[in-house]
Amino acid sequence: MDSAIRVQGIEKSFKDLHVLRGVDFDVKAGSIFALLGSNSAGKTTLVRILSTLLKADAGTATVNGLDVAASAGEVRASISLTGQFAAVDGVLTGRENLVLIARLRHLENPGAIADELLARFSLTDAGTRRAATYSGGMRRRLDIAMSLIGDPPIIFLDEPTTGLDPQARIEVWQTIKKLADGGTTVLLTTQYLDEAEQLADRIAILHKGTIIQNGTLAELKQLLPAAEVEYVQKQPSLEDVFLALVGDTGATDTAGDASDRTADSAPAGKETR
Amino acid sequence: MTAHVLGDTGVLTGRSLRHILRSPDTIVTTAITPIALMLLFVYVLGGAIETGSDQSYIDYMLPGILLITIASGIAYTAYRLFLDMQDGIFERFQSMPIARSSVLWAHVLTSLVANLVSVAIVIGVALIMGFRTGASVGAWLAVAGILILFTLALTWLAVVAGLSAKTVDGASGFSYPLIFLPFISSAFVPTESMPGPVAWFAENQPVTSIVNSIRALFAQEPVGNDIWIAVAWLVGILVVAYALAIAKYRRRIS
Repeated sequence: MDSAIRVQGIEKSFKDLHVLRGVDFDVKAGSIFALLGSNSAGKTTLVRILSTLLKADAGTATVNGLDVAASAGEVRASISLTGQFAAVDGVLTGRENLVLIARLRHLENPGAIADELLARFSLTDAGTRRAATYSGGMRRRLDIAMSLIGDPPIIFLDEPTTGLDPQARIEVWQTIKKLADGGTTVLLTTQYLDEAEQLADRIAILHKGTIIQNGTLAELKQLLPAAEVEYVQKQPSLEDVFLALVGDTGATDTAGDASDRTADSAPAGKETR
Repeated sequence: MTAHVLGDTGVLTGRSLRHILRSPDTIVTTAITPIALMLLFVYVLGGAIETGSDQSYIDYMLPGILLITIASGIAYTAYRLFLDMQDGIFERFQSMPIARSSVLWAHVLTSLVANLVSVAIVIGVALIMGFRTGASVGAWLAVAGILILFTLALTWLAVVAGLSAKTVDGASGFSYPLIFLPFISSAFVPTESMPGPVAWFAENQPVTSIVNSIRALFAQEPVGNDIWIAVAWLVGILVVAYALAIAKYRRRIS
């Protein structure tokens, strides 16, 4: 198997707290791999180790064939990290944020790259506004756009939809699917079961510092007794109702950005720091 | 990767300078306290102070005021660094293939620019208040050199504070003793007027030699040994603070 990420026996403790107790998994190149776990399961710690921000106490991890501890510099050249909290510079405009990252990646024509990404993420109109004025969903789109600069083959998304409203969530999902279609390997962490179900080719469940299950959605479903046929009255979920009322959303809601903002600002609490 | 240190530092310095340009209040507030002190000392207290020299009092105390300006300015350096490190964008930088030290250097260069602008504002106000010097271009350059060295030394101290602090208040609070230090020096009154132990401290702490050097340069008098003592102090502080800051930073990012 062509592994983009290989994790073997990774352990990490913070003083007496054993966060990771021997984690093993492989991620196939070009696939979406979801790391599912509740809060404090160690997902973020693992992502930080894989993105060279933290050193493991034991075990090895390779990303794009490179050891994260021994070749941290080269690993950084093949990854992008979209952390749990949107990593955008609120003082700079959306466009300036993109130009900044393009210049730090030493790319030609940072301005053109920025404009292209603004268009792709429906942020062209908002491009000259400070990122601090963006809604949670817009900020997350900008965040992901910044991660795509330089076309890294591997992208880490740490809880990419936490704190987003349903529409923004669906937009982020569409973006992630497009990324994988383009051949990018995506490792995403989430605590939302439906998110893993929607997106992931493989799902690993991280619980108390180890992977307790790892497989495709179909494989995981087989772990439980075969499906029973039950009569269930089909009721629309609240999400269905919400989306039907506010109008379904595509990624193209530029015109609605202003009104979008007021609607988004309340649930974006976890984003603003 | 190291080939990019200068370029990356430049790009990141541009970023933090843009931050300051968009909220220039930090530069202005840095200048306000020293200007208020200057007004107080020149128009209220100064008339009663015997400096023992024939300089006007504002000429006498401006060097100390400039040091206070820088000492309060670097509080913002620690504050900006601390906030930046809390931000998600810092993690993004750390996970990117950029020269890692450039993140710190960008803050240091930004601090230098911001403090020199504050110093220029204070000198401008001093000129309005009657500060006069016949200093040559060479003497002005020497004053600028001392002030730059002073800013760099204190900035690296601020970096240590910004990296070590647990709270925003801790990050900027460390500068209060530094702001206070010029008062126990030759900055406002001659050290001979102080009681024995205080005078001893005042004469042997770095601010006095720095103030005496700048004062002599402005007054076109020989600087004597003071300038070498001042430079030795500043280089010493700079080297120690730089080593501490880098060690702290290494531990922080690994």
